[in-house]
Amino acid sequence: MSAEASAIHMAARASIWLKPHRIVLILIGLALVLCAAVFMRWDWLPQYWEMGLMGIWRTLWILAVTCALGFALAVPLGLAQAGGPIWFSAPAKVFCTIIRGTPLLLQLWLLYYGLGSIFPQYPWIRESWLWPYLRQAWPYGVVALTFSFAGYEGEVMRGAFAGVPRGQLEAARAFGMSRWKIFRRIWLPQAFYRALPTLTGETVLQLKSTPLVATISVIDIFAVSSKVRQDTYLTYEPLLLLALIYMTITGILVFVFSRIEARIPVKIG
Amino acid sequence: MAPGWGGTLLVGLLHSIEIAIGATCLGLMIGTAGAFGKLYGGPVTRDLLAVYTTVVRAVPELVLILLLYYAGTDLINQVLTAIGYSRVDISGLAAGIFVLGFVQGAYSTEVIRGAILAIPQGQIEAARAYGMSPGLMLRRITVPAMLPFALPGLANLWLIATKDTALLAVVGFFELTLATRQAAGVTKAYLLFYLAAGALYLALSLFSNLIIGRVEAWSRRGMPSVREAR
Repeated sequence: MSAEASAIHMAARASIWLKPHRIVLILIGLALVLCAAVFMRWDWLPQYWEMGLMGIWRTLWILAVTCALGFALAVPLGLAQAGGPIWFSAPAKVFCTIIRGTPLLLQLWLLYYGLGSIFPQYPWIRESWLWPYLRQAWPYGVVALTFSFAGYEGEVMRGAFAGVPRGQLEAARAFGMSRWKIFRRIWLPQAFYRALPTLTGETVLQLKSTPLVATISVIDIFAVSSKVRQDTYLTYEPLLLLALIYMTITGILVFVFSRIEARIPVKIG
Repeated sequence: MAPGWGGTLLVGLLHSIEIAIGATCLGLMIGTAGAFGKLYGGPVTRDLLAVYTTVVRAVPELVLILLLYYAGTDLINQVLTAIGYSRVDISGLAAGIFVLGFVQGAYSTEVIRGAILAIPQGQIEAARAYGMSPGLMLRRITVPAMLPFALPGLANLWLIATKDTALLAVVGFFELTLATRQAAGVTKAYLLFYLAAGALYLALSLFSNLIIGRVEAWSRRGMPSVREAR
């Protein structure tokens, strides 16, 4: 397609999208944003924006680490449930059921307050190299969020692994591939492609779970906004800005994942 | 251990269940209205509903709960003072149901919209051809025909609602998680109480799953089974 044709195509798409009522709605929306900017108090922003950036960075960091670790844990969980012997599949199923059946906030507090109150009672834990980490809050947050992601995604991966056609695996075996090679070259990639669309949703859900770590004193962006609210006695401004920040991050995540999905062969056989 | 705290936990569980039921019912009402608005409404209704579902699904529940909790109570009190009544304290139960219901509404809108779209078009056309009024059509055709498609999604939403009640602990509403926190804080038996609360939530989830399975089988009665079709 020539550049001219694609330009016409783009213009046509824009005209479908920009209907008259939509322009009015967008104008009303802009007016609301303008009202918020003019009539609400934003003079606290210069004082807190550095802290806010740190908070955003920490939120993103927690999101990335827990998604990566959680997915790494979800693969064996899914594999065990999809084709493992009973002494692997049963514990994996119990783990997924428990994680998915209880609130994340409770799991987080169980780890932080529950285990956190048990650990100091044992001298050998206090003397180990882990102790400097166990005294802080963030490892508990990371572990709870990782387990949560693994629990939900493990269930998705179970379906994805089970959905790979048997013929593919049999063909791989007929080619004389070792079990590890079959897993690495055939089973895992195809299961991953199948799981990818749900992975987007799970990652957004994970982002929406990260503010819970603020309840165990990790300073993420949610905790920063709570601090602003306490310091300035403003209710709405920090919360509205916080909602905007989360929406922006969600938008970026969805965009990035849609680009990744577009690169993957559509036909899954 | 302390004998009195078991009762506290159960009261908390009861509050959690009350809120979850209320929020799911409110969410279903919003969801049904929202789905019909999205499918049959005018262009402005559709765009506004798209904004509603997109925003609610992109912002963390915790932030929405805080925003709606403060905004909702502020708004009611301002309206009350404007028409000459004195300010009231909104009960935590009502606020919790309203806030979670509003969030649930966005998700159920999408679930119900998808389910209505999955109804074979001919059934709706046949109902129209018989001259059914929209209300009658909704009651006799649309709702029964969409239920088997909507129930798995709605069941999921119910499970999410039971777990989201825990978030209300952050705004200080007395439900299972906050009850647990208080019991654990007083007795210092943190692990015991958190494990007990986890067991209660898990029991609620598993019991719900049992009921949901029955209801789904009932709603699918008369439909060809998937296993036979293969």
